[in-house]
Amino acid sequence: MYIDLMLNIGMILLKIAVVIGVALLHVAYATYWERKVIGHMQVRLGPIEVGPHGLLQPIADGVKLFFKEDIIPANADKPLFYIAPVIFFVSTMTALSVLPFFEGFVIADINIGLLFLFAMSSLGAYGIIISGWSSNSKYAFLGGLRSASQVISYEIAMGMSLVGVMIMAGSLNLSDIVKAQQQYPTGMFAVPQFLGFFIFTVSALAETNRLPFDLPEAESELVAGYFTEYSGFRFALFFLGEYTGMLVMSSISAICFLGGWTVPQFITGWFPFLLQLPAWFWVLVFLAKVYAFMFFYYWVRATLPRYRYDQLMSIGWKMLIPLALLNIVVTAMVKILL
Amino acid sequence: MPGTYLPSDYLPILVFLMVATAFGMGALLIGSILRLRRPYPEKLMPYESGNPPVGEPRQRFSVKFYIIAMLFVVFDVETVFLYPWAVVFDKIGLYAFIEMIIFIVILLVGYVYAWRKEAFKWD
Repeated sequence: MYIDLMLNIGMILLKIAVVIGVALLHVAYATYWERKVIGHMQVRLGPIEVGPHGLLQPIADGVKLFFKEDIIPANADKPLFYIAPVIFFVSTMTALSVLPFFEGFVIADINIGLLFLFAMSSLGAYGIIISGWSSNSKYAFLGGLRSASQVISYEIAMGMSLVGVMIMAGSLNLSDIVKAQQQYPTGMFAVPQFLGFFIFTVSALAETNRLPFDLPEAESELVAGYFTEYSGFRFALFFLGEYTGMLVMSSISAICFLGGWTVPQFITGWFPFLLQLPAWFWVLVFLAKVYAFMFFYYWVRATLPRYRYDQLMSIGWKMLIPLALLNIVVTAMVKILL
Repeated sequence: MPGTYLPSDYLPILVFLMVATAFGMGALLIGSILRLRRPYPEKLMPYESGNPPVGEPRQRFSVKFYIIAMLFVVFDVETVFLYPWAVVFDKIGLYAFIEMIIFIVILLVGYVYAWRKEAFKWD
């Protein structure tokens, strides 16, 4: 019995090592990719100095952050200051444990996957507000407040936008949601749930503090927002957490609205040989969807200016929440009638 | 048997939590041995564009943040109530639909009240 348990845990550890390794590599190169994409959109070259085409830039950045001095402000609330980045990092990373990357590959196949993801993204807000409070600095304090109220405001719209998906799929398990999309001719909930998809996309930008909703770290007014006082590897933990958060949001979007690792049935109808392909192909399908969404993040950042804080709040409370309620009622009505 | 339920589906999540915490803490600990440390008072000041900090860092802030936090609790709990309803919607059908419309209408009354009281207005 103990041997069984040990084997079980060994298997889990192996999977976790793979997922964390991939996620960290992803974060490193997501920053590189972002700088390249935005560089080219602004007719610059982006990083080119370190390695061919600047490909070693993320590694250099990581090594630099690791060896940088760790400055802890004299007035900081030390225990809270130490723990805040770890809370933020751990909660965004743990969200990865319920994501199905392809058929059967998911670390924890729990039946409330979607709810767990919301729980983890709410926990991240603790890291933000604790760091803002404990830094004992004006910029960090205001950034933390803004960020926390923004994250909780948009979490409502995001939570409601996914209720339509739940009605259509009849489950909170992410693998079941992917499989349910196969029943529909379009193969993606993004088509019947276009309103939900729109709400989700906007609130995903706000949840991850990305432009055009990056008020918590609006550099022209708040320096760097809640992590102004953080340096070295503590800053790196926030950074890793933010980019992992983007990966998680992109994955939720791919899983709940774009059909996860599957392709629509009419495409497999045209090209039946696709069904014979091994698992790696479906991983690529999933990653293609995730990275399309990530590219959208960068594209928005290069295109849109920042909103004002009152605009941010009215978009969240006055526009997205009523739209999300409308989406729920219409989805339920259609489901009753059909 | 009652009382012997083990949430074994959640074991991987527990392990993941521990691994992620160990990674974060471990990297910070190992880093603390390797990195240099030369603090002096100016470096340890809170950042205020190079000037000595003025006044208290934790000042009074807008009461709006409290209102947003309270509204969040109401709406988030409501969203959580919608989840089980959405999952079993197929099995219950019209009855569930009418019940939930009543629930949403009651909530909408509160929402309109908050709107008219300018809880969402930010200036």
